Amino acid sequence: MSTLVALQVGESVKEIQLEPVSRMDLIKYSGASGDFNPIHTIDDEAKKAGLPGIIAHGMWTMGNLAKLFTDYYEEGFMKDYSIRFKGMVFLNDVITLKATLKEKQEKNLRFSVQAVNQQGNEVLKGEVLYHQY
Amino acid sequence: MFKEQIGKQSNKVKNAVERGAVKKFAEAIGDIHPIYIDEETGRNSRYQNNIAPPTFPRTFDYGVIEGLNLPNKGLIHGEQTFHYERPIRVGEEIFCYSKVKNYFEKKGNFGEMGFLVLENYGEDATGSLIFSSSSTVVISEAVRKVLAR
Repeated sequence: MSTLVALQVGESVKEIQLEPVSRMDLIKYSGASGDFNPIHTIDDEAKKAGLPGIIAHGMWTMGNLAKLFTDYYEEGFMKDYSIRFKGMVFLNDVITLKATLKEKQEKNLRFSVQAVNQQGNEVLKGEVLYHQY
Repeated sequence: MFKEQIGKQSNKVKNAVERGAVKKFAEAIGDIHPIYIDEETGRNSRYQNNIAPPTFPRTFDYGVIEGLNLPNKGLIHGEQTFHYERPIRVGEEIFCYSKVKNYFEKKGNFGEMGFLVLENYGEDATGSLIFSSSSTVVISEAVRKVLAR
């Protein structure tokens, strides 16, 4: 297991490419999170809302992105995690999760994070302030 | 209609961080890491217990803000932040409440868009903050008209 300590400003943690988004992913997230807004699971409801099809919960993508940091739990924790939702995630989209170290100040590591789809468009972007023990 | 809600807050609700709920949530975000689900890994960690993923507070009950009627459809989640004093531990009890932080309107591509900022808090039994989170919800003019009826 690598550590965040060794990371230099400008370097990235190992990116993660997710499996294509499936309806079952979103059904599971609805159940686990309690967010049953039907635009995430039922085609007709998504169409009624003016969408071309069901879209992923923004929080599903944000939840996924956090796993870039899970391995480092002995080193520290996410003190601040802020995200702006930039684009919709549709069924079968292939999402890649990325984090790049921007700044190091004593015990705090500031990362810029993003999730991009298979067209290279940002669907979510933000920042993680990782606090080291 | 949302402006007058600024500053209002809900009553605190006790939430238990349930092992099963954490496992289900970790599975749903594809992060089945032993620190979330394996008891031995939790015990041997610096937390001496399993912890919950950073976005897990999404599942908590924050109580009801009297007079705030949000539709369950037609809202767009614009921004989300989490702030932690420390990770959440499986098995602990967290006292959660919610507050209307701000509301403003801005001209956008789809008319006058409303931005509602809700702040959620989670405290331990002594009232010390464990985490806070803030959600910016975008409410279109069309949805507000339906609500005003």
